[in-house]
Amino acid sequence: MAALDELRSTLAADAAEIIGRYPNSRSAVMPLLHLVQSHVGFVPEEGIRYVAELLGLAEADVGAVASFYTMYKSGPVGEYHVGVCTNSLCAVMGGDAIFADLLEYLGVGNDETTPDGKVSLEHLECNAACDYAPVMMVNWEFFDNMTPQSARNLVDALRSGESATPTRGAPRLCTWKQASRILAGFPDGQAAGGHTAGDPSLAGLRKAKEQGWTPDPPDSSNGGPR
Amino acid sequence: MTTILTPALTAYWDQPDSFTLEGYRRDGGYRALPKALAMSPDEVIRCVKESVLRGRGGAGFPTGVKWGFLPKGGSKPHYLVVNADESEPGACKDIPTMMNNPQVLIEGIVIASYAIGANTAFIYVRGEVLHVIRRLQYAVAQAREAGFVGANILGSGFDLDIIVHTGAGAYICGEETALLDSLEGKRGQPRLKPPFPAASGVYACPTNVNNVESIASVPWIIENGAADFASLGTEKSKGFGIFSLSGHVTTPGQYEAPLGTTLRELLGLAGGIRAGHRLKFWTPGGSSTPLFTEKQLDVPLDYESVAAAGSMLGTRSVQLFDETTCVVRVVLRWAEFYQHESCGKCTPCREGSYWVVQLLQNLEDGKGSEADLDKLLDICSNITGRAFCALGDSIEPSVKSSIAYFRDEYLEHQRNGGCPFDPAASTLFTLESAR
Repeated sequence: MAALDELRSTLAADAAEIIGRYPNSRSAVMPLLHLVQSHVGFVPEEGIRYVAELLGLAEADVGAVASFYTMYKSGPVGEYHVGVCTNSLCAVMGGDAIFADLLEYLGVGNDETTPDGKVSLEHLECNAACDYAPVMMVNWEFFDNMTPQSARNLVDALRSGESATPTRGAPRLCTWKQASRILAGFPDGQAAGGHTAGDPSLAGLRKAKEQGWTPDPPDSSNGGPR
Repeated sequence: MTTILTPALTAYWDQPDSFTLEGYRRDGGYRALPKALAMSPDEVIRCVKESVLRGRGGAGFPTGVKWGFLPKGGSKPHYLVVNADESEPGACKDIPTMMNNPQVLIEGIVIASYAIGANTAFIYVRGEVLHVIRRLQYAVAQAREAGFVGANILGSGFDLDIIVHTGAGAYICGEETALLDSLEGKRGQPRLKPPFPAASGVYACPTNVNNVESIASVPWIIENGAADFASLGTEKSKGFGIFSLSGHVTTPGQYEAPLGTTLRELLGLAGGIRAGHRLKFWTPGGSSTPLFTEKQLDVPLDYESVAAAGSMLGTRSVQLFDETTCVVRVVLRWAEFYQHESCGKCTPCREGSYWVVQLLQNLEDGKGSEADLDKLLDICSNITGRAFCALGDSIEPSVKSSIAYFRDEYLEHQRNGGCPFDPAASTLFTLESAR
């Protein structure tokens, strides 16, 4: 557990940078909570106290925010936080079956972590990738078109330390803490990597090209569709 | 053959560097910005008004008109906020847009900020999409380095700072006033309107909140002209938009087409419903819009026609379900979503969503009765219009429309003593059947 003094000494420079981004310092609450999470792995009471102290807010104001948003965790999660979308569309396409299988395979409940601390499992609401259903997320990276078997292979790889490559995302999968740091606004230099336009993203474009419905070349007077 | 698809925002997603400044410029990017900066802000607003671009986040309010609501002059700073909190079940267009071409959004932001007199713009992006956030951070940094963002942009004297602000998992923050509260470092709960954000938005200053796709459409309009944009689409629903097809369809994905394109046309391009199956029901605009069935295959997907047919165009989030799917299961899961995402501020939504879930769960389990259907409809009608914001109003449409189309399927659950469908038959992979 991180003590308040330790947070103060470790995070001071980053916290100052975050606060400096905003016209009004209170807007820094959410990125500061992501920053605390990047250091501790979750948002402990000391983290709430620290953010309140930085911004001159009541602890209740910061605690209210930390408890409102589902991405802030009040206790430890795995090094790899695995989510399975079980909103209607993904659920029907196979998300329910994948989630049920993983619960049994990993021997954990929803929002619980494997004993080795490697993997925590949670069912998710829609993550805006319905055309890639069924979708899973690991530390908020996309793993598309999953099956129960590919889901098992994925968690096996994560637990064995092999890691895994997102379908659409950075070439190197971050840990939970590293991901939280990006959410706090500190890039990890992986933005340019990774294949990101999968088949569904290109489905309409490919069909249009196949039919000869391509836009005019950009150097003509009009750059768009006809 | 008539052109059905009109790739514009999606036109270069197949280029491996489509997300970079270099790629975007090679493919015609940043040609609208100097054009806009040579116009007066009012001229830019007039151009967007003349294009009749309507908000692509679901509500369909004319974007240029919205920009015009911000006061002229005054001592308070103005702000532009881009709503990049795409979370409506079924909606999946803004995320690939920002992943594959964040620069078109940045160019749109600079133009829009210039038009409304904002020197600070925020992109409020949902937190659960790590690589999209990386791409946005990268895009802002690249644009800043090239002089498209920052002080005295292209020598125009116009200054703009863009801040990428990351959410933390709350669908309600897609509601524009909840988003503003969240951006101010509070719980994401909607505000009483009026005052509207144009008068009192973030930090109680005049603020314009627009969807990603709305802002990303602006460079095209400036570059090609309002008339070209307005020449596409239908009488009152102009231009092109991204239609997102998901579910039991042969080729799911993003199809950019003029508004007014029908599902029959889109399905023709997407290879139809998956082989050996037929369409049972679909959403034209996400989970908050009333269901359609095969009967509406030829409804032009524009704001007016979809409304006349009893639903809403919403975010053009077309979720398709075939005959293997239990409609009660689907509607129950959406109700659970609204229950989970209700911010708790108002009673009809907070309590009503729980009651709706309980009743639907009983019905799905075969423990419901015909009287429960009436009770369900009664509760829903008491949420709609009485909730504080549109989240509460989103609970009823799928419940009501599913009962209207599939009343007997609800009752079949009771006769059967449980759900008569085999979930294994609906999955996109082969599963051993549950029975």
